[in-house]
Amino acid sequence: MLLSDFQIAKKRFDFLTWGGGRLILRERRLAHGAELRFDCLHASAMKPAAFKYKAATCLEHALSLKAEHGDDAKYLAGGQSLIPTMNFRLARPAVLIDINEIRDLAGIRPSATTTRVGPLTRYRALQRDAAFARLFPLIGEALPHIAHPQIRNRGTIGGNLSHADPASELPAIALALGARFHVRTATQQRWIAASDFFVSALTTDLKPDEMLVEIELPSPKPRTGCCFMEIARRRGDFAIVGVAAMMTLGEQDECADVRLSFCGLGETPVDASSAADVVVGSVPSEYAIRDVAAIVQTMIAPNGSVHATADYQRHIAGVLTERALQTAYARGRDGH
Amino acid sequence: MDTDFHDITLSVNGKQYQRRVESRVLLSDFIRHDLVLAGTHVGCEHGVCGACTVLLDGEPVRSCLMLAVQARNHEISTIEGLTNKDGEYHPLQQAMHDHHGLQCGYCTPGILMTMTAFLDENPSPGEDEVREALSGNLCRCTGYQNIVDAVLAAAERMRSG
Repeated sequence: MLLSDFQIAKKRFDFLTWGGGRLILRERRLAHGAELRFDCLHASAMKPAAFKYKAATCLEHALSLKAEHGDDAKYLAGGQSLIPTMNFRLARPAVLIDINEIRDLAGIRPSATTTRVGPLTRYRALQRDAAFARLFPLIGEALPHIAHPQIRNRGTIGGNLSHADPASELPAIALALGARFHVRTATQQRWIAASDFFVSALTTDLKPDEMLVEIELPSPKPRTGCCFMEIARRRGDFAIVGVAAMMTLGEQDECADVRLSFCGLGETPVDASSAADVVVGSVPSEYAIRDVAAIVQTMIAPNGSVHATADYQRHIAGVLTERALQTAYARGRDGH
Repeated sequence: MDTDFHDITLSVNGKQYQRRVESRVLLSDFIRHDLVLAGTHVGCEHGVCGACTVLLDGEPVRSCLMLAVQARNHEISTIEGLTNKDGEYHPLQQAMHDHHGLQCGYCTPGILMTMTAFLDENPSPGEDEVREALSGNLCRCTGYQNIVDAVLAAAERMRSG
């Protein structure tokens, strides 16, 4: 990219979307102080700046390394967002703590009411686990939209959530599912609800010495229909808008509970469940669902981008709301 | 900052290599410059184009989105290892040739690594599945149609043994 293009883009947009790829860069996070260097002018400088590489051997080791280096260090999980950012030298961590060899951090542990997923679990492992996809059809349906097969072989659920890209699918799904995140430092631990986790673009509630060590997903109630949909310019690109809908039905097929969240609309994933309150307690009619879409359109504040104006995003959010709620209802009713 | 070097051992196409690498060297550059296996091509260097796809323990990954030091004690497969010992083409290589699945050839190694692994896992893919599996590899010459034809033909040939 030419310097002039870069500067123009930087002035015009809060976000920069690189190359149609899976990477959004927020302007205020680009520069360390005023002296932003444009290393990408030189072909040979498209590579990471120097850093110290530490391969953590176990979770305690990783946490103690992070405690030692704090904000200067980044955890390296799948690296599918971090490494490109480093290749552009937009991120220059002094220390990389590679957690890929900590096998305990990967894995899916189902129990009666919840499923716990290790942060190092790769998208591909989630896709291959048929029981997991049956239990969480929302995630199963979203996974094929997450980048491409090669990226899904490396990218991890914990890396994705900690990266907190507002255009990414999993943060929105975590909101819809009511996920909880177990985070740890070398000495302390706490749980964070998904609704408190995503603070702003690429920013979470995680403190510099904390690490997301487990994701807890509550099993959907019986008679719950789920639907994930997104509109992207090409399959695998970031969504212009994506929607996750879950509807639990009562004995008379009336809507007992509904969850609705979006990705691609602004600074964080958006929980718009309250817009769907109007359908709770009755069998959702086409008209009622249309009302929900209209409420969603007034609730959201899309940023717009070079690829889609804010008005277009608002329009798409309405269309997707209708489709996703209708599909979720039909699936809940028909039992799949 | 002092340069940060690591001694690594890894297997590439079944051959063991021991090298000293700087931590910031990408796996793609390591394969091309240190091991002089220049069949792995480098396009965008940020994970979009797929040209640098190699197999890490049998799974296609972007070698530009991995550090060489991360490949320590792992098995890498590159395009150089795709032909059999007699130098005979892999069925997909032959099919790409027969179906005119390449023009400039820059994307081809990445496509071959992606799709050979795909065919190992899905011996009888439909056209849609082939297109989905190809979605992470950009080709600016062919329009993909001939690549899809080649993959389907290779699948059929591999099934019939």
